[in-house]
Amino acid sequence: MTSRRVDVLVVGAGPAGLTAASLLATAGARVEVLEREQSPGGVPRHCAHRGFGTWPHALTGPDHARILAASAEHAGADVRTGVTALDWAGPRALTTVGPQGAETVTARAVVLATGARERPRAARLVPGTRPAGVYTTGELQQAVHLYGQHIGTRAVIVGAEAVSHAAAGTVRAAGAEVVALVTEPARAPAAPARTLDARLRHRTPVLTGTTVTELLGHGRLSGVRVRHRDGRTAILPCDTVVFTGDFVPDHELARRGGLTLDPGTRGPAVDGALRTSRPGVFAVGSVLHAAESAATAAREGAHAATAVRDWLTDGTAPGAEGLHWPTGVPLVADPPLRRIAPNRVTPGDRFPYLLRTALPLPRPVLHVTQDGRPLHRERFPLTTAVPHRPLTLTARWTHRVDPAGGPVHVTVA
Amino acid sequence: MTVTVSGHLPVEPYDVAVVGAGVVGCAIARRLAHHPGLRIALVEAQDDVGQGTSKANTAILHTGFDAVPGSLEARLVREGARELAAYAAESGIPVERVGALLVAWDEEQLATLPRLAEKAVRNEYHDTRLLGPADLYAREPHLGPGALGALHVPGESIICPWTTTLAYAVQAVRAGADLHLGAPVTHAGHTDGVHRLDTPRGPLHARRLVNAAGLHADTLDRSLGHDDFTVTPRRGQLVVHDKFARALVRHILLPVPTALGKGVLVAPTVYGNVLLGPTAEDLDDKHATGSTAEGLRRLREQGRRILPALLEEEVTAVYAGLRAATGHDDYRIAAHSAQGYVTVGGIRSTGLTASLAIAEHVTGLLADTGLALGPRRPPEPVRMPNLGEALPRPHQQPDVVAADPEYGILVCHCERVSRGEIRDALAGPIPPRSLDGLRRRTRARAGRCQGFSCGAAVRALFEEAQR
Repeated sequence: MTSRRVDVLVVGAGPAGLTAASLLATAGARVEVLEREQSPGGVPRHCAHRGFGTWPHALTGPDHARILAASAEHAGADVRTGVTALDWAGPRALTTVGPQGAETVTARAVVLATGARERPRAARLVPGTRPAGVYTTGELQQAVHLYGQHIGTRAVIVGAEAVSHAAAGTVRAAGAEVVALVTEPARAPAAPARTLDARLRHRTPVLTGTTVTELLGHGRLSGVRVRHRDGRTAILPCDTVVFTGDFVPDHELARRGGLTLDPGTRGPAVDGALRTSRPGVFAVGSVLHAAESAATAAREGAHAATAVRDWLTDGTAPGAEGLHWPTGVPLVADPPLRRIAPNRVTPGDRFPYLLRTALPLPRPVLHVTQDGRPLHRERFPLTTAVPHRPLTLTARWTHRVDPAGGPVHVTVA
Repeated sequence: MTVTVSGHLPVEPYDVAVVGAGVVGCAIARRLAHHPGLRIALVEAQDDVGQGTSKANTAILHTGFDAVPGSLEARLVREGARELAAYAAESGIPVERVGALLVAWDEEQLATLPRLAEKAVRNEYHDTRLLGPADLYAREPHLGPGALGALHVPGESIICPWTTTLAYAVQAVRAGADLHLGAPVTHAGHTDGVHRLDTPRGPLHARRLVNAAGLHADTLDRSLGHDDFTVTPRRGQLVVHDKFARALVRHILLPVPTALGKGVLVAPTVYGNVLLGPTAEDLDDKHATGSTAEGLRRLREQGRRILPALLEEEVTAVYAGLRAATGHDDYRIAAHSAQGYVTVGGIRSTGLTASLAIAEHVTGLLADTGLALGPRRPPEPVRMPNLGEALPRPHQQPDVVAADPEYGILVCHCERVSRGEIRDALAGPIPPRSLDGLRRRTRARAGRCQGFSCGAAVRALFEEAQR
């Protein structure tokens, strides 16, 4: 087994990891990016639709992926595809395997950018048989856009969020019919224009208040049984079903390393500098909050790059170990808020927080408190917070946090 | 080496036809193939071996401690367990001797434990030990509260049922047996000393017939004029949890059987997952292999009591298998000499453990019907790809990756399956006919993401091999 040393080891070549790698390599650090797939770019690689990059230079996902990878490599980062990080070999060392064999890479800083995945049918405990033709959006997009595979002729989409509409678009691009989008909430959880577009332009029913209760068929899927919350049931004949949304972080490496996880996000807990519980280990992108946009991931990659640079300058000097690694206090989003990231807070934090709510909240007012002491109040007079979109809380209040105090709570008035 | 999946079946009569390529049928074909003079056909309805009861079981290599003493099952399980343990070691089939704990949750169950220990002794198993709650919780710290004690059966092991079945079939085929897949037997008749099996691929003739048709054994038995037993499909739903759950449990946690029935078990798998199940639902439909909302709800309710933290872990698979219940509390293995026919019916969940001993027993019965076995030549040993976590997988062996870099390129990341392993499975002697067949051979797409990351790439490799 060979063993090497680098300044920064980034795990995952998606928007978050590549952005961090670009900036750190530009700043002169020796950066290596590990990517288990055969090509870099992460999820945008198989999102054929536009909406990536920045206005007015809107790009498709694959173009965005190529540009991110090229700029990281141009900056001098070593982007190694087909290499899998297997496990930890030390506090900031990972064992890897690739076609060249096993290696141990020891770094002064590690950035986890391992992304997220959609929960598949089994994890959602959808009963029935186990036929072929059952997809997640991720698999569907790769099948259609990367491999040109046949995906069936009639597809039911489970979910009606933005990603579900993207899946429907992929189904249509593959020449198949979208039978319906099926969603449990009483109101379609995507932007109203999106839902209207599906219903009117594509004549695709969006069935709200409806759940898929059983998959049918031996060999190949023959249909799905659905139940409306008023008790009515029906069978939708189809040969393909796509489970969309319900993202969870790919937190396996973080968990294997014993990093503290946040119960709300199930990703590694980080403070405003995107520091995890282990000195020198950072986390960025969808592993923190499955899943936000590629732009959000890239922003975090850029933000973490600054924190990593500070750590390389001050934190890794002999004798300094741990001194520059504040642990912060937990930051908890109380119901009906579902999660918040970052989810630890130190008085110096300046990075805004992303929240998700479980229920629609018209004109919400957020209260930030610690041990009953109010730290901050933030109004959103023009916004209705909705489950499928993030709500941003500023970090203007963090200097009031007592680092020796209890958890900081964010509540909705 | 002959494996067919389509086209007309051979016209020439076989010496022996074995119907059903489950773990038992494959074991019998393998044992018969020890005799190079015999022409053997293994006839299977599905497109792969091990597709019925064999693929949806609890993957336990039993000691036979709780069999009915003196029964044929008790003897075959006892003998088969020893033989299979040795065979697995020789063939690279993953086995872990984790031991079982029969956990008592109430006074009635606690009172049952000493009787089970005595029964074990009558089954020639002497290593059981009663544990008090302190010992039990020391062994299983994540066990839910309220357990009163347990019976420890250290010999119970976990095994890869799929690799076992495939290993038997590969050896049988390599030794000259013909495997005919996709050939459901629709009717069987016996005239002039020759059996005629009708299939959609045409008839197949054989001088001797072995009925190892599992769930359908009673139907085949009746078409040959016997009415010895009825198979009632008993559905068992099982939930598989992600590898992070493996650290929660060290033993197979077995329910204590009481008058009120049997509970569910929690068991690690050789792949590093944790199983919860099975349900036991007597049905009429021999195709009802679907899971149900009610079944899953009840399993999770019972699982929460046994191992509360298990419920927090991600579920990677839910499946339902049908066991062949017959209403008899022993195997129904019978020879009909005049017909040259042996029925191997009522092989319950112990069939995997007993498979090698059943094969030996059935071979003896066939010889008793007048079948001349001819000279015996032990088959070439087989070496199966390791799907288990206890021994190093190919990507973990530097010399293997150095010799062939394809073993260093992981395609399925959750289960860490390399392109080399997928390539090998696709080029194997009994290649997969579907993505599910590839999954069983390699574990590709069997993990937590169920193909989110790798599904399309795995399918591309599979489809390339079909061209």
